[in-house]
Amino acid sequence: MKKSLQARNNDLANTQRQLEILSNGIFKDELPTFANKIKETNQFPLRPKKLEILQINLGYMCNQVCAHCHVDAGPDRKEIMTTETMNQCLDVIRKTDAHTLDLTGGAPEMNPNFRWFVEEASKAGIKDFIVRSNLTIIRANKKYHDLPEFFKKHNVHVVSSMPHWTRGKTDKQRGDGVFDKSIKALQMLNDVGYGMEGSDLKLDLVYNPSGAFLPGDQMALENDFKKALKNDFNINFNSLFAITNLPISRFLDYLIASENYEDYMYALVEAYNPTAVENVMCTNTISISWDGWLFDCDFNQMLNLKVNSKIKHISEYNEALLQNRNIIINQHCYGCTAGAGSSCQGVVA
Amino acid sequence: MSKTYYDPADLRKFGKITEWSEELGNKFFDYYGKVFEEGALTAREKSLIALAVAHTEQCPYCIDAYTKDGLQRGITKDQMMEAIHVGAAIKSGATLVHGVQMMNKVDKLEM
Repeated sequence: MKKSLQARNNDLANTQRQLEILSNGIFKDELPTFANKIKETNQFPLRPKKLEILQINLGYMCNQVCAHCHVDAGPDRKEIMTTETMNQCLDVIRKTDAHTLDLTGGAPEMNPNFRWFVEEASKAGIKDFIVRSNLTIIRANKKYHDLPEFFKKHNVHVVSSMPHWTRGKTDKQRGDGVFDKSIKALQMLNDVGYGMEGSDLKLDLVYNPSGAFLPGDQMALENDFKKALKNDFNINFNSLFAITNLPISRFLDYLIASENYEDYMYALVEAYNPTAVENVMCTNTISISWDGWLFDCDFNQMLNLKVNSKIKHISEYNEALLQNRNIIINQHCYGCTAGAGSSCQGVVA
Repeated sequence: MSKTYYDPADLRKFGKITEWSEELGNKFFDYYGKVFEEGALTAREKSLIALAVAHTEQCPYCIDAYTKDGLQRGITKDQMMEAIHVGAAIKSGATLVHGVQMMNKVDKLEM
């Protein structure tokens, strides 16, 4: 299995290095910076709107090492949220105005206190409780086989990555054998009612392009996925979210190594859609890292760009103060404003 | 001056053709955009036709553009290759069918 950039001592494991790349080169004289681009439509500085989503990263450990991963997650990553930070998160979850709680990772299920945290968090009565599951974790070890039942018990909304409906494309991006395990896991989720017609148990899939190109029309892709997964494996799901790969971390490494970086950035800038800026996820989300730091989004978290606010840590959380901040932007933000836009909930425009 | 006739970066400059003839350039791009909208054929089917024609026309810009377009639409490698074979079959068939003309001419000329 491949290793994370961090384990390989790759230059790009240093977030400052990533920001240098994104701030220089073609953005010195050829392409407009994201800040200048949104200034054209008087959308600078980018400001939060109503807080709707708390996204909590329970740790960077994962059973997979996906080629495009913006977290640089993998089995060698040991950053895991402690119960102390989880308790601080629970205090916030109990009093937040956000209607959605979104747990992510790594594989959030690999946090040893994941189930306790879900049980406690579900008591807070959040309207939409999302767990981002990579699917294969359900098949990775016997101790995870009952996750579908556990999710059902706590009425968790499962959002799962599935790069393609074919084995070849899926395994190339996510590793050998991932497709077969994902199919089995989807069938297990269907068996307990997830994604089935008439069921309240929601199962959504996330599609990321498996290469240096942007996602196509979300609805067309959803139709293709639904048709293929139903015909080939009798699998049902609710919606497909098409998410653009942002040029950071392992995907940035891939873009540079494959000499696709400049073309990809041109494609993102050319596809810039000012309407998408209105609804980018950083305007309605707070992202919390495994060690309790606060960020505008999961991507800024991975670039270690903490919120531009006096309140920077979950231990001092104050929603009103946090909402009065300017969102930190850089050229990676073009990934969320290309075409129909991209967020953890798919298109935004 | 570039030492090759084709530069991949020129594809990004395609839109600039309007700068030297705005009205005709805009009319072309309006038409082009309209052609590729969903219609009686899906945008996906049109993308595959464009890919096949890109190959028969041997346009490197179009090949780059419609390969990427196909990937974005979730079109698979085998679907793309089949489309190219359709183009290749028509192209080779168009060559070969002229063999009838050759045969007719031979028949006419030979005693």
